[in-house]
Amino acid sequence: MNIKNIISEIEKVDPEVYGRLDTRRHAMKEFAGLAGKLALLSVPVALGGMFKKAYAGNNRVQTLFDVLNFALTLEYLEAKFYQLGNAAATAGTLAIPAGAPRMAIQTIGAHETAHVNFLKSAITSSGGTPVAEPVFDFSAGNGTGTGPFAGVFTNYPLFLAVAQTFEDTGVRAYKGQAADPDLMANNDVLQYALRIHSVEARHAAHIRLMRKANGGLVPAGVDVKPWITGKQSGIASTAVQASYDGEEVTNQAGVEIVNINSQAISANAASEAFDEPLTKAQVLAIVDPFIV
Amino acid sequence: MPEINPSGSETLLTRANSAGISRRRFLGYTGAAAAVVIGVSSCDKDDDNPPSNGIDLGSGDIGVLNYAYALEQLEAAFYIKVLQSPYTGGTVAEMALMADIRDHEIAHREFFKNVLAGNAIQALTPDFSTIDFTSRTSVLATAKAFEDTGVSAYNGAGKLLTNAAYLTVAGKIVSVEARHAAWIRDIISNGTFADSTAVDAQGLDLVATPPQVLVIANTYLTTKISGSNLPTS
Repeated sequence: MNIKNIISEIEKVDPEVYGRLDTRRHAMKEFAGLAGKLALLSVPVALGGMFKKAYAGNNRVQTLFDVLNFALTLEYLEAKFYQLGNAAATAGTLAIPAGAPRMAIQTIGAHETAHVNFLKSAITSSGGTPVAEPVFDFSAGNGTGTGPFAGVFTNYPLFLAVAQTFEDTGVRAYKGQAADPDLMANNDVLQYALRIHSVEARHAAHIRLMRKANGGLVPAGVDVKPWITGKQSGIASTAVQASYDGEEVTNQAGVEIVNINSQAISANAASEAFDEPLTKAQVLAIVDPFIV
Repeated sequence: MPEINPSGSETLLTRANSAGISRRRFLGYTGAAAAVVIGVSSCDKDDDNPPSNGIDLGSGDIGVLNYAYALEQLEAAFYIKVLQSPYTGGTVAEMALMADIRDHEIAHREFFKNVLAGNAIQALTPDFSTIDFTSRTSVLATAKAFEDTGVSAYNGAGKLLTNAAYLTVAGKIVSVEARHAAWIRDIISNGTFADSTAVDAQGLDLVATPPQVLVIANTYLTTKISGSNLPTS
């Protein structure tokens, strides 16, 4: 018996097995490869522990905890990002302008920390176990510190670009979970999730206004509005594109929005009018480089 | 808008109606506070929805979609008027984003109209007589109220939907309304995109029940609407 085969067999019936075992999908795939070389005796112990954790009480409550822990992981990411950004601004190493910009980043950071605390408390009070805070690499370098966003806490335009990506991704991530059957079955939790979701959208809109005010959008001449036009980020790095791909759609539930019912609705307006969801797998792939 | 108190009069009223308690008896023991909202939500099932209570949004998911359709009709009509008779003091850039919002709201309105098809309520006649469209202050204050109300309405309506596809579409729209709300707030006063009047200490956005929202919506409508048959949970 080979753990690699076991996990790939499970993946056929449960595509999210890596996600259940650990949010770091690539790490789990590496582990699966490594485990194949381990002595057979030691494997069942490690495997048993992992599966007990991943599938314990595999019922609606447990999968609801999975959704909440997924949200918590994203909030940890955002909260830590703004904590470090605010600390760098205070230390004078990140040039967030004094006044409105500093206050906005502080406000947003406080909300993300509140979301972390709220989700932890919601999970704990329901009898679940909140996931631990991961170690982050905000360069998006998987722990190397030399990823495409190296210098994010010393370079204000880059800081805003990463902030915009996190907020727009957060909106899409919550949206992708809203129709989860276990969330839909729990009215209270669904409503809380929706109320966090729209706060992330308010943040996204404001960060976008800050980026526009600060200039330096890429490509030259591009406009960044409070809403997402097409799949345009206005950010130089291709590393963010996965957070915007799919936003350009203009067909909703089979209804074409461009010039709908002879109204003059452009493709840009049609794409802006609806934000698009991301699946859990898509979001995990996006945040993976940020998690050590 | 404050967070809904679960024991508030609207919820009591709805429960009383669904339990078949007569309106008279209900008023007898809940007093004046409930009477304030009775005008829009008193359409109990025993009345068989007489026209005086307004256009019935319907029940179930269709009712919730009609509720959204009604709000989008109101928002679209408002921004169409804003662009038709622009207020003084708006920059070119500001009016361009206003036109974006108008187009988004028209797109939402027409989307719901097509999805609802034969189940759609009629086109509503707005009453914007309280708004001074020549005044930037008046228009922006109204826009802020509409957008924040829209966010709270969708946040409150999500759990009322039973169809996952409808919930996803509602989610696609509410975040755009939140983006609108943030921008309108910022051009009124920069930095208020998510201040304590919109987001509470737990980091949660506004939420409101249909009865609460319809009280506000009906003040801007000549043809009143009734949500008395909408789901409540």
